[in-house]
Formats: sequence, C-alpha cells, structure tokens
Amino acid sequence: MADAVFVGMPKRMVGLSIDGRDVEVVEGSTILDACRRMAIDTPTLCQLDNLTPINVCRVCVVELEGSRVLVPACSRKVEAGMKVRTDSKRVRHSRRLVLELLGSSVDMSLCSPEVRGWMARYGAEPDRFGAVATVAQPVKVDNDLYVRDYSRCILCYKCVEACGVDAQNTFAIGVAGRGFDAHISTEFDVGLPDSACVYCGNCIGVCPTGALMFKSEHDMRAAGTWDESAQNVTETVCPYCGVGCMLELHVQDNTIVKVTSPLDHSVTAGHLCVKGRFGFEFVQRRRGE
Amino acid sequence: MFGAGGGTSSYREAEETELIILWGSNARETHPIFFHHVLKGVRSGARLIAVDPRRTSSAEWADVWLGLDVGSDIALANAMAREIIHAGLANMEFIAGATTGFEDFARCVEAYTLERGEADTGIPAAAIKDVALSYGRADRAMICWTLGITEHHNAVDNVLALINLALLTGKVGRYGCGLNPLRGQNNVQGGGDMGAIPARLPGFQDLEVPEIHEKFATAWGGAQFPDRKGWHLSEMFEAMDRGELRSVYIVGENPARSEADQTRAVRLLRGLEHLVVQDIFLTQTAELAHVVLPAAAGWAESEGTVTNSERRVQRVRRALEPPAGARDDVDIICDLARRLGADWGHPTAEQVWDECRSLSPMHAGMAYRRLDEMGGIQWPCPDESHPGTQFLHGRLWEDPVGGPRAPFFAVENDPPVDRLTEEFPIRLTTGRRLDSFNTGVQTGEYTSPLRRGEALLISPEDGRRYGVEDGESVLATSRRGSVEVPVRFEPTLRPGLAFMTLHFPDQVATNVLTIDATDPKSGTAEFKASAIRIDKIPAAV
Repeated sequence: MADAVFVGMPKRMVGLSIDGRDVEVVEGSTILDACRRMAIDTPTLCQLDNLTPINVCRVCVVELEGSRVLVPACSRKVEAGMKVRTDSKRVRHSRRLVLELLGSSVDMSLCSPEVRGWMARYGAEPDRFGAVATVAQPVKVDNDLYVRDYSRCILCYKCVEACGVDAQNTFAIGVAGRGFDAHISTEFDVGLPDSACVYCGNCIGVCPTGALMFKSEHDMRAAGTWDESAQNVTETVCPYCGVGCMLELHVQDNTIVKVTSPLDHSVTAGHLCVKGRFGFEFVQRRRGE
Repeated sequence: MFGAGGGTSSYREAEETELIILWGSNARETHPIFFHHVLKGVRSGARLIAVDPRRTSSAEWADVWLGLDVGSDIALANAMAREIIHAGLANMEFIAGATTGFEDFARCVEAYTLERGEADTGIPAAAIKDVALSYGRADRAMICWTLGITEHHNAVDNVLALINLALLTGKVGRYGCGLNPLRGQNNVQGGGDMGAIPARLPGFQDLEVPEIHEKFATAWGGAQFPDRKGWHLSEMFEAMDRGELRSVYIVGENPARSEADQTRAVRLLRGLEHLVVQDIFLTQTAELAHVVLPAAAGWAESEGTVTNSERRVQRVRRALEPPAGARDDVDIICDLARRLGADWGHPTAEQVWDECRSLSPMHAGMAYRRLDEMGGIQWPCPDESHPGTQFLHGRLWEDPVGGPRAPFFAVENDPPVDRLTEEFPIRLTTGRRLDSFNTGVQTGEYTSPLRRGEALLISPEDGRRYGVEDGESVLATSRRGSVEVPVRFEPTLRPGLAFMTLHFPDQVATNVLTIDATDPKSGTAEFKASAIRIDKIPAAV
C-alpha cells in the first residue's frame, strides 16, 4: 500500500436552479458556492473563505422560492430542487439599500474596486440619506504595528471571528453596544497594549474596508506616498519557526510595506502570528540608517 | 525515525485526530500557526494533553496538564507504557507484524510502576494512568514535541521513549496518528534533509554507505571527500578545546550567544587560528571573526527552498534587493570554491536544486514548477507524477510489512546532569516567547508591544522564600557563572522552577548559566535544565 491520501466521506451532488439555469454542486455547499460555480458575481462584505459565515451584512441576499424573506447566499446551504433568483427586482432593491445605508454612515473609500462596481451596478446613492448618521471618529493609534480607524468599520464581524474561534482564539475584541451604538471593542474599551491582543494581525488580514491597517500603510497614506501600482507582491516563507507559513511580501521602493498570507494555503489558511506579520524590519535595516 | 528524519504527519491531521499530546512544546507561543490546526482539532472534540513543567499558554487549552519535573520524560513515558500494557491496550497484532524488540522493552518498563512514575515525575499516579489509557484507547492520536524533549543530555533517548508509545499502540503510519517534532527554525528540517549534519549527504542519505558515497563522488566528477561522519556542533567545540579544530567557517549561526555555557564558547571561538563568519548581520560571533562575508537574507533577498515540520518543501523568493555588498550564499560559496581551484560556474538556485533532485530520490519529483503550482510538496516525492506524501510509514501496516521493521528501544530515566543541591536548589529551564526568536538578532528590530525584556520568572512562593520582590534585580548563579537579572513573579510556575529566554543576550546573558552537557548522539545541549540559586544584590553602601 502506498501512503494513502485521506479524502473524507463520499459526498452526494445536489441539483438546484439559479436564475433559471440548472446546476449541481456537492452537498454542504452554500448558494454562494453554487453562484460562483456558475460565474454569477455576487456581492459579499462579511464573507471570506477562511471564516465561518456569519451573514450580518446581508448584501449577498437572494430570492428563494417558498421563502418569505430573502436568504443570505453566503450561509444558506443548498437543497435539492431549490429555485433561486439572484437578480430579481426585490434582490436588486435590497442589495442597493444595504450598500446605501453602509455607504452613508461609513467611509468606504478604501474598499476594493469590486465594491464600487456593485454600488454602480445596483445604482446605490448613499448621499441621498445625507450625513445625519455617521460613525466618523478619530483613528486609534496606540501601538507601532497597526491602527484602527472605526470610521471605516461596517461591523462585518470578520475581525471578531479571526480573533476568535475561526483562527486565533484570543478573543481580544468583540462587538459592544446595541443598534447604532454597536462597535468593535476590546475588553472595557481599553487600548490594544492593555488588552488581550497578541498582534497576530489576523484581523487586518480579513478587514474588507481598510478600518484595520498596518501602521506602515497608514503612515504612508497620510504622507501621500502609498502607491499600490508601484508595489510588487512576492510569495516566500516566513524566516522564523519551522511551521513554514507562506508570506506575501508587499514591496514598494525596495521596502516591505505590508505582509499577508494566501487564504488557500494549507499551512496558514491566510493567518499568521506576530513575527510572520510584523517581524520583517530586520531586513530593512540599511547601512547609514 | 525508522530511517526517515522527519515528522510523520501533516498539520491537517491534527484537525481530525482524537487525541493530541504536546510533549515539551509550548506551540501556542512557539509554533502559533501549527497551534491553529491543534485548536481546530480541539474544537472538533479532540482531547489535548500538555506535558510541560510550566503551565504554559498551550496548557491553558489542554484537557489535562501533566506538570512533570524537568527531565523526567522517560519515567513518564515508561510508566504510561506499563499502564497501556497492563490494561491490555497494546496493539499486539501491530507489534508482532511491524516491530522488533518488544520483549526487552516490556521488561524495561515493567519497573516503572505508577508509584515510581509519580515519584520520578511529580505527576499524580491517577493523572498518568488517565493519560495512558486515553492514548491507548484512542483510535487516532498524535504526539508532537519540541525542544522540551530534545534540549537534554539524553535527547535521543527521550525521543525513543515517545516512539515506543506510538509503536506500542500502533499510532503511526495511519491518518491522524503520528510522531511529530515541531522544528524550531524555518529550515531546520531542510538543513538536515540536505545533509547539513555530520553523517548525511543530500536527501538524508547515509554518508558511510559505500554505494551512496560512490554515487555522489561519481556525480561530482570523482571528487574526494570524507567517507566517515564528521563532528556535530558540540563535538566541534570539544575539538576546539583539544586544539584539533583550529579553523571554522560559520554560516548563519550565532554560537557566541546561542551556545550553552557561553563563557566557554566565546573563549574557544577567540582561540581559533582562523574564523570565517557568513551572516546577514555583524553578530556577536561575527565580531570575533577574522573574515566576515556579508550574506543576503535567505527568505526575502534570494531564491531557494526551505522545508517545514510536515516535510513540505516550499519556495523562498527574492522580494528585496540586498544591501550593497551582501551576496547570495550560493554566489559566495561558488566564489570560494573558485579561489580554492574548483570552478563551479555561477549556478542559479534552481540549477543547484535540480542537481540535488538528481541525487536525492525523496526530492526527485519536486521541480520548481511543481512547487509553485502545488503550494509546496511533502517528501518523499520520487517522481514528477507523485503528489507528495501526506504521512509516513504506512508501510508498517502492510502484510507482510514493507521494508525493515520498526524497533522498540528500551530506555531508562536519567535525570538532568546539573543536579539540584542545597547550594543550587532551583531548576532553571529556558524557552521562547511569542514575539521573539532565539538570540533576538532578527526580532529585536521590530517594535513589539508585548515585549518586556529579559527577566527571571519564578513563582511568587519562591519570591517570598528568597525574600525578593517582583521587579527586584537579583544575582542568578549556576555552577558556571552569574548574571544580574530582574525577577518577575509568574503564578503559572510552581516553587523550585524558574524560566528565562535567550532573546535578550545583551541585557542578560542567560547562556552564562546553562550547562553544555550534551547528548552524545544528537549533540544538543541541556538548555532545559540548569541548577541555579538566587542571591539578593547587597544595597550599595
């Protein structure tokens, strides 16, 4: 016997229809998985492949025949015979409203270009609500590794999940408050150096809006020197312990400005520790500095 | 183990096993991303056992913490083995078909009753029994260890004691089972695989086997090179002491700070006729050198591969231009060869790797292209259609067993060399912290909010006993020397146990205290067990 490769229990295929087209996917898949399989671009903000779906942003909702309410595609598992519509008037209206409500109260200017694309596709006009409700507030800078700009926070919970059961299991942050006062907070709202934070930066790795950011990036943006078009991303392996985490070094002008890890890497699932994420300065020490 | 020098399992298996024993490993801090896989296992219902003298942050996640006395691991393993045998949980079918030496082993462990286990280890007999039965009954279980097992004068015996447990219960060679040393540096595994140990050639092939020596000599154009194994690091220092070793070429190592009994190590390095150091920094070792060769940083300024603790060979790539004058290791070595009269040309990292693949069967299928496409490949990978190997030693379950049987080794408990006495009553052990690494050469350059500098961690009870306050500077003294160090109270330590790191050698030279008692087989020093005392520093008059 050659050394066997574990493949898990066999799985059935499940058939459903999306926008009138039939599709088969593996049981346990979500509607979002099925949409992606059919190349139907579906907006998501709180979903990420290395996190458990928490379906709070509601921007991925679809219409499901027989369901009174719209259902979140990111977490609803497929069932045989489902009939799903992803582009009905009701779906478009709901997605537009979600994007408008978020966009009117939160600074979403650092979201990925995809988000701007969805805004355009659904005709979202955040300005029509005026600037009445806003989470604008000063940036929290309380350590040398990363900053928290909660005026950019859409409360997608990704950072809470990455800090919690989905990866780091440190539980340094959670959602505090109710309603419009809900916000991401450390215990008793203390600064990071007084909190349980271990600076793995896995919250930065999953943040979709730029609310959590390397201090190096924050400082460069403030100085007007941040230029993604001038950055190269190189995959390599962390220089520290023997686990072998794959790093993506974001380099601008021969300087590492940010470190990430691929979500689909079998060792890291996109997550790192403080040394891998921030411990790169030793190669930046140059003669005369 | 059993002829392959690598961990048997994949990280993924920790997520789908029933029982994980972290033995002498604080993976939560020292291998944080491996611990993510362990946590997924715990979340899926796996039982976690932490065997460690300290109640570490890993132990906080464990169902059971076995807080053994430093260096009593073999007594614990043997007592567990005896319980497993007496409970009828030994896998006699596997033992008969796939192993040798069981009778001797069983006779040896018979002396390790629970009472003796408790006396030797300090762990309550009931806890030893509970963990033994858990391990014996589990269908799938993994044992993972780190330097808590290997930084001892009897390191190899410690490892053998753990291997015995896996053989006894058939917990190796199957998915979710295995024996896994978690490597401390990003290419410890790869360095050994490439032959950077005294008895091996690339591909972990035995230098002293004539056919293998012949294969390499032929491939290298009839080159002459030794056919007997050389010295490991500790033997090199002994040879320096005898005056037999007078010239040393050190690449990427800082023994002036990392060696146990630092005072002696520095004296011997200073006494060399010629010392060459190749490193990315002017380390404390490089400061002693006659010639320093500035090197590019392997992980970010040059091309190549490294191998992790699950045997996964992965690419490192050049992301930065190295500083002026710093050169790739391959360039330096080839230039050196040229000066010595051998023209090896100017090979790229890939060309060197392809030569390695042509001589190392376990790497043969790992073309750069495949490493890129597959996110790394786990050895052995004998050809370019092979997917790599998720876990080792499946052959032991073949009928009849494929290849040689796996031997039991009867090993006896042997406490640390540096005995505790009235004069030196405190057991000092060493280790790492989450945000720092080894002698701090690399991690000292980034600002960590977690970092608090070096301290002698002791229990609050010991603080009261020796009349010292939290934060007070004291003199810590071993049989080799003394250092001044601030005390920090650590409630997770029990009385009689102290902890320091090696991260801040310029602040506190911890290795002045440690003992260079080394394992004769592995050459690893007993960093984990020094005997010290604490003296108050008299107030200035």
